[in-house]
Amino acid sequence: MNNSQNIIARSATTTTPPQVRSHVDEVAKLIDVSKCIGCKACQVACMEWNDLRDDVGECHGTYDNPTDLTANSWTVMRFSEHETQEGNLEWLIRKDGCMHCAEPGCLTACPAPGAIVQYANGIVDFNSEHCIGCGYCITGCPFDIPRISAKDQKSYKCTLCSDRVNAGMEPACVKTCPTNCIEFGTKEDMLARAEKRVGDLKALGFRDAGIYDPAGVGGTHVMYVLHHANDPNRYSGLPKDPRISPLVGAWKGATKPIMSAIIGITAFAGVIHYMTKGPKEEPEEQAEHGQDDVPPPHSLGYDATRPRGEDR
Amino acid sequence: MKMPRDRLIRYSPLDRANHWTMAMVFVLLALSGLAFFHPAFFFLSHTLGGPVWARILHPFLGVVLVLLFYAMAARHVRRNLLGENDVQWARQIGDVLDNRDDKLPPIGKYNPGQKLVYWSLVVSIALLLFSGVIMWRPWFAGFFPIPLIRFASLLHAVSAFVAIVTIVVHVYAAIWVKGSIRSMTRGWVTRAWARHHHGLWAREQEEAQRREQQP
Repeated sequence: MNNSQNIIARSATTTTPPQVRSHVDEVAKLIDVSKCIGCKACQVACMEWNDLRDDVGECHGTYDNPTDLTANSWTVMRFSEHETQEGNLEWLIRKDGCMHCAEPGCLTACPAPGAIVQYANGIVDFNSEHCIGCGYCITGCPFDIPRISAKDQKSYKCTLCSDRVNAGMEPACVKTCPTNCIEFGTKEDMLARAEKRVGDLKALGFRDAGIYDPAGVGGTHVMYVLHHANDPNRYSGLPKDPRISPLVGAWKGATKPIMSAIIGITAFAGVIHYMTKGPKEEPEEQAEHGQDDVPPPHSLGYDATRPRGEDR
Repeated sequence: MKMPRDRLIRYSPLDRANHWTMAMVFVLLALSGLAFFHPAFFFLSHTLGGPVWARILHPFLGVVLVLLFYAMAARHVRRNLLGENDVQWARQIGDVLDNRDDKLPPIGKYNPGQKLVYWSLVVSIALLLFSGVIMWRPWFAGFFPIPLIRFASLLHAVSAFVAIVTIVVHVYAAIWVKGSIRSMTRGWVTRAWARHHHGLWAREQEEAQRREQQP
């Protein structure tokens, strides 16, 4: 990998990863849902650039094709037909895929050192060579994005074309988008552009237009402009306030050092107990051998066989 | 085989074979499980042939443990219910730890500490099974909703923690009480050992032997 010296977070790693080359701007992909025409060119570009070919699926009566993200389909257009209170139909199309969270749940949950990394530019990448196929990333992700391949049992998702971005190019989906619905640049620039676009939408009458850059996961490096930012759920279940589940937080947070320490302390307590109190020695067979009722030396609490006065 | 007169049989060959199979399986499970639990333990995944093999084998070994454990546990339930003098013995836990055994009341085949180990494992291994199946990829996890998998993952870690601490205590007790390791490797204890540590059980065994010897 080229990006081996700009890693700001690394899965299952308790020391600082190599990040000397971290003087870079954070990047972001901005998806303006209001400009999407649902052509799926982004899906095709993603397949082409990343050399992915999914199985031919079946039609489920919607435009969603494939119907869900898979290990071979890292981005999918999700179509939802929403009826407004005034009785109008809104056809809401959202390009789904990894959000590249600033606080990634997948990376938090991953037990394999280095299988998931976060670069200084904000991209969260799977280093599949180190993936062990446990699926903890799926458990940790608040957006239900990673998918495990049935072929190799490794987890896959959008890389934000980290290879292209590293070489100064924009992601493949951005390059191909015919309506400029998908844009790419520094996070700062994308936020500014999104604000302008939100202003335009508000002027057009979309009072609830807004930017989707959820703070619960520290912000994301894939952002949406939504005409109904007050109700992201309308866009095929985009979560309103995504965050790493408290269950995952407990599982991968405080319990790890506390429980590890208690296991160690228990074993250590055993050592100390043995050294201070000693074992319960095998009882003498008094009845059988008719010995005198002299207590064995160890039960006296000191070494009775040693002459007195030699203690110090 | 005839036992010498001063010995009592404590564990049958089947019990012993089962125990040591479980012991090996448990150690492998604990090491590979800890590897996924904390990065500090990740190197332990090599005990099962590397992290990917550890991920593959851990759940199957878990099933083996469950089968062996409950086959054994089912046969020993009665001996692990609260018995005569157990409460008094537990109250005198200070005397137990200080090795003042002469002050302790006579108890049955298992003392309250051993019964606690038994029930702790009965519960934690059951929880490990249920949570483990829910987390098990690629076979079962896909059938469960992600929030449930999250809960199962936390439960699995906590139950494993309870089981591991219990086993640490169990192993230490075996080292502490001389004669007990031999009872699990060779199957017998001396009469003196039985009278000293499990007075009620010794009396019961000796009476049974006497009845057998009478025509």
